[in-house]
Amino acid sequence: MSESRREFWNGVRAEFPLLIGVFPFGMIYGALALDAGLSALASQMMSSIVFAGSSQFITAQLVKDAAPGFVVVVTIAVVNLRHMLYSASLAPYLKHLSLQWKVLLSYLLTDEAYAPSILKYEAEGTKPFSHWFLLGAGFSLWSTWQVSTALGVFLGAEIPDDLPLDFALPITFIAMVVPVLKKMPMVAAALSAGLTALLAIHLPFKLGLILAAFVGIVVGTLLDNLKPQQGSA
Amino acid sequence: MNIWLVMLFGGLITFGIRFSLIYLFGRIEVPETMRRALHYVPPAVLSAIIFPELLLRDGALDLTFTNTRLLAGVIAIVTAWFTRNTLLTILIGMAALLLLQWL
Repeated sequence: MSESRREFWNGVRAEFPLLIGVFPFGMIYGALALDAGLSALASQMMSSIVFAGSSQFITAQLVKDAAPGFVVVVTIAVVNLRHMLYSASLAPYLKHLSLQWKVLLSYLLTDEAYAPSILKYEAEGTKPFSHWFLLGAGFSLWSTWQVSTALGVFLGAEIPDDLPLDFALPITFIAMVVPVLKKMPMVAAALSAGLTALLAIHLPFKLGLILAAFVGIVVGTLLDNLKPQQGSA
Repeated sequence: MNIWLVMLFGGLITFGIRFSLIYLFGRIEVPETMRRALHYVPPAVLSAIIFPELLLRDGALDLTFTNTRLLAGVIAIVTAWFTRNTLLTILIGMAALLLLQWL
């Protein structure tokens, strides 16, 4: 087996445990998007055009709430801003690659593809075929996301109407946010954003969501900046 | 709202964010404060969605025990806190809501 192909499969193997976790989420997304009123085609295409799990869930929620398009786009941008961190962190390892490779790997750069790849790069540095590892991790995740979305869209129509399926969205968000609330600034960011969202609920165009996110980010960052001087801010 | 335009712009922006620093490497530096701030994006955005979903009913604050979504949400938060298992949290949260609605 060629070196490139071996690295590709190493990436797939490293990604495998994450794929098991991602699969049910893809199915839940597919079913929820359909439930929120997106067509089957739009639900499926969002998984390949946007290809970013949490922002797809949020888009489904906002479509259901009939938020205006520009608010949805701004929210997608805010939610996916964290990918800039991954982009910054992988950039030194990818700098020698051609533009085509950079474009392809950027498209595939999700939380789940980043995690095993940065560990490998940090352990081994850049080797001639390392980027095939990232491709293997990213592509296996992409394929899994497309297939699981399709299955969710397919099965979604079978789910009885009286199931409170819309509640699965906030529950999914709870499952995503609670595990990161390990330090005080994180908790403060979550609480201040949540309270602002309640206070600003009557703002038009769902702008309260963007305002609340902004307040949470500022509060978290300010407290984070206080920490070094005060220890227990 | 045109969902296809939303997806097109949302997708382009998402790609642009992922591509940005891979492309610009060596040309610009991300300020430390910005780097820190990015960590707070997920909890802030998600909480901003969760709170109204659990606490508001028909646009008004509902902190009573008849608010089944709030109770089920609290059960989900406790489950997530102790298990750190996303799938289990979703299953228990949904089961709790169904059960509470029956009672």
